[in-house]
Amino acid sequence: MARKEIIKKKVPVPERDPKERVKDFREVKLGYTPQLAMEEAKRCLQCAHSPCVEACPVRVPIPQFIKLIEEGKFVEAARKIKEENILPSVCGRVCPQEIQCEGACVVGKVGDPVAIGALEAFAGDHEASVGYEKFPIPEKSGKRVAIVGSGPASIACAADLLKWGHDVTIFEALHEPGGVLVYGIPEFRLPNEIVKRELRFLEEMGAKIVLNFVVGKTKTIYELLEEFDAVFIGSGAGLPYMLNIEGLNLNGVYSANEFLTRIIFMGANWFPEVDTPVYVGKRVAVIGGGNTAMDVARTAVRLEGVEEVYVVYRRSESEMPARVEEVHHAKEEGVIFKTLTNPVRFVGENGWVTGVECVKMELGEPDESGRRRPVPIPGSEFILEVDTVVMAIGQGPNPVVVEGVKEIRRGKKGEILVDPETLMTDLPGVFAGGDVIRGGSTVIVAMGDGRKAAKSIHEYLMSTSK
Amino acid sequence: MYRIVGKKELAENVDEFVIEAPEIARKAKPGQFVIVRVTARGERIPLTIADKDPEQGTITLMVQRVGKSTYHMSCFEEGNALKDVVGPLGKPTHLEKWGHVVAVGGGLGLAPIHHICQGVKEYGNELTVIMGFRSRELVFWEEKMEILADRVIVTTNDGSYGMKGLVTDALLNLIESGTKIDMVICAGPVPMMKAVADLTRPYGIPTVASLNPIMVDGTGMCGACRVTVGGEVKFACVDGPEFDAHQVDFDELMNRLRMFKELEKKAMEEFQRKHCGCRRG
Repeated sequence: MARKEIIKKKVPVPERDPKERVKDFREVKLGYTPQLAMEEAKRCLQCAHSPCVEACPVRVPIPQFIKLIEEGKFVEAARKIKEENILPSVCGRVCPQEIQCEGACVVGKVGDPVAIGALEAFAGDHEASVGYEKFPIPEKSGKRVAIVGSGPASIACAADLLKWGHDVTIFEALHEPGGVLVYGIPEFRLPNEIVKRELRFLEEMGAKIVLNFVVGKTKTIYELLEEFDAVFIGSGAGLPYMLNIEGLNLNGVYSANEFLTRIIFMGANWFPEVDTPVYVGKRVAVIGGGNTAMDVARTAVRLEGVEEVYVVYRRSESEMPARVEEVHHAKEEGVIFKTLTNPVRFVGENGWVTGVECVKMELGEPDESGRRRPVPIPGSEFILEVDTVVMAIGQGPNPVVVEGVKEIRRGKKGEILVDPETLMTDLPGVFAGGDVIRGGSTVIVAMGDGRKAAKSIHEYLMSTSK
Repeated sequence: MYRIVGKKELAENVDEFVIEAPEIARKAKPGQFVIVRVTARGERIPLTIADKDPEQGTITLMVQRVGKSTYHMSCFEEGNALKDVVGPLGKPTHLEKWGHVVAVGGGLGLAPIHHICQGVKEYGNELTVIMGFRSRELVFWEEKMEILADRVIVTTNDGSYGMKGLVTDALLNLIESGTKIDMVICAGPVPMMKAVADLTRPYGIPTVASLNPIMVDGTGMCGACRVTVGGEVKFACVDGPEFDAHQVDFDELMNRLRMFKELEKKAMEEFQRKHCGCRRG
């Protein structure tokens, strides 16, 4: 193959002006036009060893789909992606490409990596605009699978099970499906409509979605096993960690889950048109440095009456787990970063939070995570005056689903323990994947688990006769 | 959709709803609650399951009109349907044969109390119910409690019915008369539950309170309902809603219930201004 000339600069993905976009919750990225996508696709070297594919948790055939985009075969490109990943529009937007495919891109060694994420989102959106092709459903296997939760792990698992002819019922605890994609990721990053259309597609393929159904409460895992041949638990990490310091329960102190659920899931930004309120004052402090912290901060700047939003993080910016792009977007939107700053207590008056006492930190020796451990600088305490605090310091698996199911073992952080090969728990026929086995992870890793579990479930169902 | 198959006005501002929810009815245990969303734009509100009929597939909820959502729900009639009902949530009441149990309920607290009392009797306990109201016209469910309990004491603040005074006055009478009490279970307004806990503490009578904090998801996901119990932060929706009343920080709970007061008032005003076609509109 003739060597291609490397084009160092990527075609920028059109974005809305920060001054405009902070006024609403609509998507920040406008995405590639067909022309821009084809131009960007040309930059791919079509490397035979494809390190990008190696770096993708679900091994999307990246050079192949990019080639199809270059040739103007957009629908084909989307279908090529869907051989491995049924949610290109979602993953193209929320995957941390810089540490996965784009991080490994050969072009990236000398210039900007190929914008794989933006191309993936483009292909997915394009296919959706012309209508999805339904995959052929084989003869019904007669086997029934219950799926707990309707987030990314469950969606991926359901899609594969349907392809193999199994009957799929998804049980969702909340009143809308989508899991973290709808209660945790704001619309300016991932429009709800995209999640809705993916779920609609699943339903058209035969999946049944039951809302308002809390497995572990409405029915137990044992009861599901009486009705179904197998169960997949993809209930996510729905248990927020709290900063156990003085003043935690003052009014105005939220978990990221509560804050985001109120606003992006219940629509509190439309209050009183909708009934769910959220109280936010003029100054908001967000504790944490991950993607959720960025989502909270960027949600807060969009709320009426909010003047200043701070991100308070105990390490320095280079240790932040959030995606560089998210930090960049947050800064563009006016979020103020207080790094090397650790909250010590929440101060309040008459039961309401009025500030966060913080201490300045410096970086010491590396800790077990390999990052330099932040240590407090004595005497550097100060009070950051705010009227709202949101804690975004991570979350763990929610125990409700498997409470009382003694056969299913759980680890130190409450994560469900599974066989790493099959993702089956110690209770035969019950599988689990995504954040519920990992604590906090990513959409794509969860989807990878969902597919892996689907394969094991299929093998399990075919080897058992009921 | 969850159809309303029965509705009754129990007292001024208090309605009883019987709702078709077969799966919840089958599983509901004393002490548990549901989360209701009245309409597609509604908020998620926790309501205790006051009664259930697994054969008919129905649950009974009690609703006091205090804000927009509850006013809106009170506009719904038999045959209408609620948008969402999910449950049963929370830990069931811990029940055992204690001996003599005194259940203390005020206002809406009678919803959990009724269901809990059913359980208390199933375990073969002697049961005294103390139910408190402001005045005679607000009294409800006395007969329902009479069927369950060995003894029912009704108190009214103004003395217009039953004993004049507060539920704690009745409870104190019982204690001082030398009646052996092995367990007190209370539910109602926070000041009432606090007063009950303060009263039984010096006597060392085990006391449980069914708490009513603000909730969103009701499954431990958001932490809106966090309460301090024995110095530890608990989520009422999954760790409760019942806790050792002697350990609960009631002042904090009271404060947290105020969190959205201003906004709730605004929503209520807006609702009353706009809403028509409802008898209370």
